[in-house]
Formats: sequence, C-alpha cells, structure tokens
Amino acid sequence: MTDAAVVRGRVLDLTSDTARAHVRRRYQAEARFRAYGIGAILFAALALVVLVGDIVIKAVPAFTIAELTMEVNVTAEAIDPTGSNDPAVIARGDFIKPIRDSLLAMFPAAAENRRQRQALYGLLSSDAAMALRDKVVADPALIGTRVSVPVLVSDDVDLFYKGLVTGIEELPTRGIGSPSATTGTVTLLSSANDFSEELVRVKQALAEQAAVLRQERERLRDIDQTNAADLVAAREQLTAARASGAGVAALEGAVTKYESDEASLKATLDGLSARIADLENRFDTAGSPETLDATAPSVLVEINGGVIKATELGNDRIVGEVLIPLTSTDNAQPDAWRTIVLDTPEANRKLSDQEIAWLQQIEEKGLVSERFNFLFFTSGDSREAELAGILGALVGSAFTMLVTLIICLPIGVASAIYLEEFAPKNRWTELIEVNINNLAAVPSIVFGLLGLAVFLNFFGLPRSSPLVGGLVLALLVLPTIIIASRAALKAVPPSIREAALGVGASHQQAVFHHVLPLAMPGVLTGTIIGMAHALGETAPLLLIGMIAFIVDVPQGITQAATVLPVQIFLWSDLPEIGFQAKTSAAIIVLLLFLFLMNGIAIVLRKRFERRW
Amino acid sequence: MEAMVADARPSATIRSVPSEGFKPAKVITQDVNVYYGQKHALKHVTIDIPERSVTAFIGPSGCGKSTFLRCFNRMNDTISAARVTGKIGIDGLDIYDPSLDVVQLRARVGMVFQKPNPFPKSIYENVAYGPRIHGIAASKAELDDIVASSLRKAGLFEEVKDRLNESGTGLSGGQQQRLCIARAIAVGPEVILMDEPCSALDPIATAKIEELIDELRENFTIVIVTHSMQQAARVSQKTAFFHLGDLVEEGPTDMIFTNPKERRTQDYITGRFG
Amino acid sequence: MTSFYFIAIAAMAVIAFVLGRQRAAAMPGGTRQLHSLPVYHGLFAASAAVIPMLLIAIVLGPLLPRLVEAHALGLLPTDLQPTDELAKATRLREILMVADGTAPAGSVADPVVVAGEAYGSWRSFAGWGALVLGIVAGVAGMLLSLRTVAPGFRARNRFEVIVKIVLIACSAVAILTTVGIVFSVLFETLRFFARYPWYDFLFGLQWSPQTAIRTDQVGQSGAFGAVPLFVGTTLIMLIAMCVAGPIGLFSAIYMAEYASPRVRSVVKPLLEILAGVPTVVFGFFAALTVAPFIRQLGQSLGLDVASESALAAGLVMGIMIIPFVSSLSDDVINAVPQSLRDGSYGMGATKSETIKKVVLPAALSGLVSAFMLAISRAVGETMIVVMAAGLTGNLTFNPLAAVTTVTVQIKTLLVGDQEFDSAKTLSAFALGFVLFFFTLILNVIALKIVQRYREQYD
Ligand SMILES: Nc1ncnc2c1ncn2[C@@H]1O[C@H](COP(=O)(O)OP(=O)(O)OP(=O)(O)O)[C@@H](O)[C@H]1O
Ligand SMILES: [Mg+2]
Repeated sequence: MTDAAVVRGRVLDLTSDTARAHVRRRYQAEARFRAYGIGAILFAALALVVLVGDIVIKAVPAFTIAELTMEVNVTAEAIDPTGSNDPAVIARGDFIKPIRDSLLAMFPAAAENRRQRQALYGLLSSDAAMALRDKVVADPALIGTRVSVPVLVSDDVDLFYKGLVTGIEELPTRGIGSPSATTGTVTLLSSANDFSEELVRVKQALAEQAAVLRQERERLRDIDQTNAADLVAAREQLTAARASGAGVAALEGAVTKYESDEASLKATLDGLSARIADLENRFDTAGSPETLDATAPSVLVEINGGVIKATELGNDRIVGEVLIPLTSTDNAQPDAWRTIVLDTPEANRKLSDQEIAWLQQIEEKGLVSERFNFLFFTSGDSREAELAGILGALVGSAFTMLVTLIICLPIGVASAIYLEEFAPKNRWTELIEVNINNLAAVPSIVFGLLGLAVFLNFFGLPRSSPLVGGLVLALLVLPTIIIASRAALKAVPPSIREAALGVGASHQQAVFHHVLPLAMPGVLTGTIIGMAHALGETAPLLLIGMIAFIVDVPQGITQAATVLPVQIFLWSDLPEIGFQAKTSAAIIVLLLFLFLMNGIAIVLRKRFERRW
Repeated sequence: MEAMVADARPSATIRSVPSEGFKPAKVITQDVNVYYGQKHALKHVTIDIPERSVTAFIGPSGCGKSTFLRCFNRMNDTISAARVTGKIGIDGLDIYDPSLDVVQLRARVGMVFQKPNPFPKSIYENVAYGPRIHGIAASKAELDDIVASSLRKAGLFEEVKDRLNESGTGLSGGQQQRLCIARAIAVGPEVILMDEPCSALDPIATAKIEELIDELRENFTIVIVTHSMQQAARVSQKTAFFHLGDLVEEGPTDMIFTNPKERRTQDYITGRFG
Repeated sequence: MTSFYFIAIAAMAVIAFVLGRQRAAAMPGGTRQLHSLPVYHGLFAASAAVIPMLLIAIVLGPLLPRLVEAHALGLLPTDLQPTDELAKATRLREILMVADGTAPAGSVADPVVVAGEAYGSWRSFAGWGALVLGIVAGVAGMLLSLRTVAPGFRARNRFEVIVKIVLIACSAVAILTTVGIVFSVLFETLRFFARYPWYDFLFGLQWSPQTAIRTDQVGQSGAFGAVPLFVGTTLIMLIAMCVAGPIGLFSAIYMAEYASPRVRSVVKPLLEILAGVPTVVFGFFAALTVAPFIRQLGQSLGLDVASESALAAGLVMGIMIIPFVSSLSDDVINAVPQSLRDGSYGMGATKSETIKKVVLPAALSGLVSAFMLAISRAVGETMIVVMAAGLTGNLTFNPLAAVTTVTVQIKTLLVGDQEFDSAKTLSAFALGFVLFFFTLILNVIALKIVQRYREQYD
C-alpha cells in the first residue's frame, strides 16, 4: 500500500497522528461492537445455566427420602380383630397403631401428655403404615409377630434429616456436667466454662437481630418524615381552606389521619429503639447470663440419656426444661455429655425443640436411612409433601399427548398435503395460508378460551379431561405441524413426482406412494417439536379446568386429570418447602422429557436428512 | 397431409394415412398450441410420429421441445399455468378427450426424463411400481418376470441381477437412466418419450443408451428430444426442428441433416446459432 | 355407547373393504381388465359404508343428548322447572347422578328421581337406536357401492375425489379454529358489553372485578375499567423487550456476522434449549428465585420493592423471549445479500461499520417485524405473569411495584368456580377479545412486512 491515496485530487492522509488515532478509534469501536455480541450470548448462556442450576439444586432433596426402620409388634387386635385371616379384612386393619405404639415405647415420657403424644405421632407421615400394610397383607402369618419395617416420616422430618430445617452444631464439653434433677426444670453446672461459646453465639444472634431492627427503624423513620411533611402541608392547606371556607371537612379528616399516623409511628419507633438498646446492651456485656426465648437459637444438652433445653444460659451453668427425661442425676464425664446449638430460632421453624430432641435420639439409634424416592414416581398428587408424586400427572400428560397426536398429526399432514400438492393458487388458499401463519402466533391462553367456550360450554365435553386438553393442544400445535410438513413436502424434488406420474401414477398415488414417505422424517421432526411444545404448555389447560386437585391416577381420556406442567404450577403455589423441592423435581422430569423429544427430533433430522 | 385429418371426422378419433417413406403414424398432432399463462410457448404444431421408429426433436434451448413432448402424455396437466389447445391422437384416440383417464394414457405413453430420477427405493421396487399400480401382474412370480424382462430389455439385468434389493439411487448415472427406461418399459407402453435422456451422462453411458434406443425401436414408438445433432442423426429415422415455438421443418433424418429446406434449419445444424 | 359406535364404524369399514376388493378381483377377465385396482374398489366400498355412518354420528351426536335432556326436564313438575342456566345445570347434574346410580339416596327430590330414571332409559334407548341406524346406513352404503363394482367402474377416481374432500376438510380446520376463536370471544364479549358499557371497560381506570359495588346490584359485581391491566401488560412487556431486544439482536448479529461455525454449533442448540423451556418453568424461576432476589437487592439499596414486582416478571419474560428475537433476527440478517456487505468492505469499512451502516438499515423492516412478533409474544405470555406478577390492578409505571396483566386476569377470572353468565366471567372473554385482536393485528402487520422484506431480496 502506498502512503497516500488520491481522492478527488486531494491527498488522503493516512500517516499523520490524527489519521492514526482515527483508525485506532475505529478499531476500538469494532472491538466494542464485537464485545457486545459476545456479552449478549454470554448473558443468554448464563441465564440458562442459572435457571437450570437453580432448579437442579432445589430439586435434589426431592429425589431421596428419609425413612425410619422400626421394630413393630403386629398385634392381632389392631390388624385382624376377628381373626378372619381374610386379606380384605387385613388390608383394612389399623396398621398405624402398632407403629405409633412402637414409637411411643421409645419415648415413654411422651405417653402421659396428650399434646406431646400428638406431636410425637406427627413426626410420622399420614401414610406411614404403607410398607407395613403391604408386608402383612402379602404374608398374614406375620400377625402376632414382631417385624422390622420401613416407616415413612412427615415432610418436615424428612427435611430435618436432610439438614434443611436448621443448622445443627455440636460443641465439645471439657468439664464435668452435673444436672440437678431428671425431669422438670433443671439446673446444669459444668466444672469448666462449657457454655461460654454458646453464650457468645447467642449474643451474636442478638446483635444480628438488633441490626435487622435498626434497618426497620430507618425505614419507619423515613415514612415518619414524609408523613410529617405531609402533615405540615395539610395543615397549611387547611389554614388556607379555612380562610376561603371550601373543602375544610376533607382536609380536617386528612390532618387528623396524619396526626394519628404520626402518633402511632412514634410509639412504634420508641418501642423499637428500646428493644434495640436492650439487645445491644446484652451483646455488649459479654459473659452476662442470657434468657433464651423462641426468637433466639436453641441450646440443647444431651446428658445421662436425656435432653435438656436451656432457658437461661450462663458461662458455666444453664437452667432449662427437660425434653427427654434423664436416667439419673449423676455427674457426667467430659466426653459423656454434649451440647447442641440449633441455629434457626424455634419460632422460625416447623419443628419444635422437643421434636428435634426426639429426632436426634432416633437418629443416634441408627434407625434413619436415606433412600431413592420411588414414591415420587409411583404415586399421584397428595396434600402431604412426602406422599405427593407425579405419576398421576405423567399419565395425564400421556393421555393428553395421545389425544393431541391422534388429532393433529393426520389433520396437520393432510392440510399440508392439500396446500402443498393439490391446492389451486387462489384467494381461498391464500386465506388459509395467512390464517395458519397467524394462528401460529396467537397467544396460547386464547386457545384456552376457545376450549372453554366451544368444547366445554357448547359441546359439553367433560371438564378437566385429557380429551378436551388434547383437543385444545392439537389446535394449538396444528400450525407448527402444518408449516413443518409443508417445508418437508416442498423439499422433495419434483423429479420424484414426475417419475411417478410418468409411469402412470395418479397425482394422489405419486404423493402418497413417493412424496409423503420421503417427506416423513421432516414431518415427524416437526411433529415431535410440536408435541414437545404441547407437553410444556400450561395456560390453556388452566382454563379448561385441568387445574383441579386430583389424587387418583387417571384411567381414561374422559376422566378428570392434570398434566405435568399444571402439576408444577399447582405445587409451586404451595408454601411447604417440601413441595418446593417436589416442584423442582417435577420440572427436572419435564425438562428431561423435552430434551429427550428434541434429541430424537435432532437425530431424526440428522439420520434421514437427504441432499438431493 | 393436414387435409387428411378432415374436420368432418368424429372428434374422438383422429386418423392419418402413412406418408411417404415412413411406417404408419402412431401419434398424430393437429394444430397444437401451448400457453404458459400469457406466453405462447408452442405455436400451431402439426406432425405425425411414425410407429416403431425413433423421432427426434431438435432445436435451440427454450424453443418448446420439452413442452411439446410433455403434451403426448399430458404431463403439462401438472403445471397449473399451462393450457393446451389442438388435437393429439394416439392410434386414433384423442388423448385430450375429457372422458379419458390420464393415468391410463400415461401407462400407454411412458416417459424418461433428462436427469435420471429413480425412486429412492430398491431397484426391484423401481421397476415393479408401475405394474403394481396398473394391476398388470396377477402374481408375485409374474411381477418378478416383468421386472426381469424389463431390466433385460433395458440392458441392465446382467449388471444388477444380484442386487435387485439395493437402492436404485446407488447405481451410476448411466445405469440409473437405464433403470428409468426399464421402469418405463415395465408397464408395457406403446410410446416412450425421452427428454434429453443422455444429457447427464458421459459418452460411454450415452453410447449404451443409444444402442438401447436402437433396439427398443423394434417394439416401441420412441420420441426423443436431444441437443446433440450427432445423436439425432445416429438414432432417429425422423427429425423435427423447432424454433421459438414453431415447428420449422420435419422429415426423414438424413434429409434434414443433408438437405434441409429451410434456412433456419440449415443455420442450426451447421452450428450458426444455438 | 360412543365407543361401540366407533367400533361399528371400524368393523363396517373392514368388512366393506374386504368384500369390495374380493368382488373386484373376482370380475371376469382378471385384474388387467379392471379400470381400477381391486384395492380401490375395496376402499371405495369402505368409504361408502363409513361416510353415512359418520354423517349420522355428526348429526345425532350433539342432538340426541339435548333431546333426551329436554325430555327429562319436561318430566319435572312446574315447581322444579329450572328458571335460569345455573339451576338447569344443577338439575341436570342431579338427573345425571340418578341415571348413573351415583346419587346418594335421599339427596334429590322424588320427581327428579323419576326424571333421572326416565333419562337413563331414554339415553340407552337413544344410544342403541343410533347404533342400529348407523349400522343400517353403513350396510346400505356398502351394498350400493358393491353393486357398482364393474371392470369399467372408476373406483380409483371416485376414491380420490373422496380423499381430496377429506384433505380440503382438514385444511379447513385451521380456518374453523380461527372462526371458533373469533366467535367464542365475540359472543361473550358482546354479552359483557350489554351489561357493562364498552367505553367504561376500555377507558375505565379502576379494575376490581371481585368486589361488589352494591350487594343488591344484579349482574354487576364490580368495576371493570381495564386501563390498569393495559398499563401493567405494557410495563412488563417493555421491561421484557428491554432485556430481549438488545440481547437477542446482538446475539443474532454476532451469530450471523462474527461467529465461527464451531461457535454457532454450540450457541445455536443453547438458544434452542432456552427456547424449549416451558413457560411454567420460567414462571417458577421468576416467582421463587428472581423476585425474592430483586426484592432483597432493592431492600439492601433502601428501595421499596414489591414481592411480585413487575421487574422480576419482565426480566424473566425477557430471558424467555431472547431466543425468539435472536432466531428471527438471525434469519432476517442472513437474508441481506452478501453483495451489499461486499460493497461496504470494498470501501474499507470495518465489519461493525458495515453492520451498523449497511446490514442493519437493509434489514430494518425485517427487524421491526421480528420485534413486533416478540411484543405480541410478550403480551400474550401467561404463565410467567400468573406466577410472578400481581393480582391487583395498579395504575403505575413503577417497575418495582406489583402490577397485573390482561392474561393474569383472564386466568384468575376463569379458573375455579365460575358463575354462569356473571359479568366477571364474561369480562374475561372481553379481555381475551382485546388480547386476540391486538396480537392478531400485530402479527398480520409483522407477517406482511416480513413477506415484503423477503420478496425484496429474493
Ligand atoms: N412451467 C413453465 N411455466 C412457464 N413457462 C414455461 C414453463 N416451462 C417452460 N416454459 C417456457 O416455455 C418455453 C419452452 O420451454 P421448453 O422447456 O419446452 O423448452 P425446450 O425446448 O425444452 O428447451 P431446453 O432445450 O432448454 O430443454 C420456454 O420459453 C420456457 O421459458
Ligand atoms: Mg427441455
């Protein structure tokens, strides 16, 4: 390249500093532009990773389930009181009672107190006896013997064993522990300052509470200030209004309201300040004993086979309530007792300290095991998180997809064949084409309105049924399938058609014998993609009532059913953490199905792709 | 000769008398016009195709040879813009008679295309397809016979007899074209139309096809469109020259190539325009 | 009964097919003499049997149940005669329970039991009658068609005509769907406007369908001013487009102009996966992850963020639309002829200058239509907003506040126990009407633009 180029008689400057700077700026702009593109793609990738990662992490707990292995006395009076030995009678027996009895035997102290007994029973799932029933019904000879069976726990207990209810920290003891009694309120002394660390922890928690309260106070102060300003403004307006005499009543009302607001805000703020001061003071005076309430972390002490819950905490002593009675008041050697701190305050969790004490003891006996949650795949919906499964939704989805496929594949292919091969090029055909393209972009919920008005209200088809769901989804994905099938038919070269016509095949024979079979991979690819779309569709199904709570696995296409995405929607609304995990797990299952379908579509496309 | 096809005759039958030096006419056409929408692609063409001989259509590209050829088995029906007027008769039968089933016509008038277009199916299926849809074979054995004899007539049998179940698209170009000829023969047509059957082939394959055409002449009436003057001279007995939709000149092949009457024909065969 | 009928149809089809084919094959002279293959004679006979049976099913299917219902209701004494739709539905449900034997004893009045039993017997009579009628018609059709079997009979042509009619009917389904949509929303909307003035609906500023203004008011349960919904929908759509627009466009530009085939082969499936994620999953993500995150973030910055903020829903909706925008834009950019780019490079322009000054202006109309389709998609999206946006109509453009959208309200008003004919139910259809026509107009315009754009460069 020469140093200078001549443009319209002027010498184009390429070497001067300004020219170089100009070129440099242009290249910088180029690099920036490119970076925007990379950034955009990275953002999309990041979004996908976060989305999937978030769901996978949330889903993990749902794939395993905690189970107790218990020795149970299968008594004849509970299971088969008449001694009939009839499987039908046995199946109706009261299997939960032996399990409860066996649990109660572990914690005899709970037997006296009705509330404690109920709490203890509440640790079990409402269908805890499932395995026992199956076992005994299969082998009635077990009645009257002692068997070891797996027992399902409630979802909260399940989450506790997965460590999702509260963080648990065990702190070592260095001194000798001496409890004052075995039941009731107990004082426990330690020969070393064994509780100092717990005390520090509790005080830290107090400081954190104070910080939260301080933020709240800031927020309220802001509101108070705006309120005060409004009040001043309103007062001024009121004076002005008094002078003119109009709108006084309304303004007076406003002023009164602001005044009362101000008063109540002031009171709240004062209360807050007092609490904050108290908390900070307690935090500042290190080593001073603390009284523990439900908003502070819990401190439990395991000693002499029992559990004490601290209510007052000092460096070397605690005063507390006995949760599980001690066997004796003997002194315990440093390694024979321990303290446990539960991070989450009792008020913020579903399980009480008492229940956690029981659960800890059960775990220490080695009765708890985690296993793969088959129940999730073999049961229908339930109000109890530990019992809820996706089989009902899966079967509902399968029925719905079946109806969709049976309707939209033939109709879609037939219309594609007509439009691509036989339709004359006229306004009618053009109308159909425009119409199909538009239908492909109509919001899915509108198809729900169509289903509601036409299939349910006009034709009176059964509400919530896979039949109606399948019909609606078939109409929804019909445009996709028609467009894909037309593209596939178009891709078959005309020479094939001519060859068939040339030997005397009719136009329809040429199409059905030659063109359609060659277009079939493309048609199927389009169909699978359309079906994947239908499988993930939710909104129109809500409107035709597939949102009902249905426990039973549907048996046919006219029965009320739900589908996988709707199940996800229903579960996502439930407050229990157990259901949150179930929702994520159901999403994983749904995504796996979708990936599978899309994978098949890609393989089909690759395998049967023809280059003519 | 035009006078021979008197208007007084019943419209369904069109007859002609044998003209000098040719076998009797198998196909006769009378004032055939083809329009593609507004475009007048073929103008007032009247010609006889003698039976059991090869007739060649030559002419520059776009002059309407294929268009005319496709009139004989009504392949133009598949083009919605195309409109055909005039009369075409095969053995006295008007093929544009509305009561005639075009499918049966195409069984009588087979076609071989410019590019070999076997079905992406087995060799056997390619040949058997026509007999099947026309219900020609009563049994599997008969069908096997038809397939074998068609392949033999197309000179392909020896090469493919061990792989009848392999795909027809796996053959070489020349073999594919012979397969297409076998496929056309299998339904037992009387006329075979060939639109530049050798244009996609190398010289050796071309020679084979030409040989084959010469053999087929004994049993079939063949109409061939070709761009190769030598090919027309080698294989055909009668030649027709088209230019811009007009049939300029027709006659015995040796006459056309040695002593054309029309100036345009002469220019074309001597290569002065193309 | 329905399944019996369809089994009968299938059986008749098979019988007619076999008989027709046999008869044709047995014609003197063998199959060579036949105009059509025996198979086509069989198929023609089968259609001759099936068509009358289907026609009878189509006519009687919806008609018979209504007749039987009317008959059963007619048996009720005057004091039990239903006066409105709701009472009629309840009465029919009772009758049906009696007929099915699922009614708990003593739960329904005696006259209803009588009517229910009559309903049961009539229903089974009607079912069997229809079945017999159908079979008779099918046999008649078959016999008629068998008589036509002859060597010269053009069974194939006849059958192909039938097939063609079926094909045309199938392609009319798409038209019927549109007609069905238009009529189903139009009728209910008109009924709604008969009770509630349309200008109050379109321009009213208060949306509170659940609260009655006065309890004694008939047919009017609340205020149906839809402007807050339109504002909420627009707000969330704008947020979504702010995310999806630039990101989708830039990734499309990068993919079309810069990316190597290897990068494309990785990124394309990635975007396809994102496009394939069901909206309910995005909704879950928005409601349980993004919304709390934004709320916390806002609180740590001292902002007051609603737990169902428009920002969260819009953001996630934007992520959902990214692949949509990017694949449409990718197509549009790829359609710009290479010669335009070459012209620009030839003058010494850099790649980004070429894109900014030549490619994008040339692709502008295509991009506009891509964005319009994306907007229509965002406006019609339901699950994300149902799960992550609010329920109360808030007239605000503050992205941190909770707003509600048209689709959310349709879902809320129509899911659960619906009252027959109440303004609440009907208003959902009116919203559907607005939604359908708004997206329809956007789509039509966008598709027209894109079509013209394609023609320009073809
Ligand atoms: N399907 C069609 N629609 C419109 N015009 C057509 C169509 N097919 C052919 N034509 C026109 O009709 C004229 C004759 O075409 P035709 O294919 O018969 O020419 P040809 O002689 O076979 O040429 P070639 O030697 O190139 O094959 C041409 O001008 C062509 O453009
Ligand atoms: Mg040609």
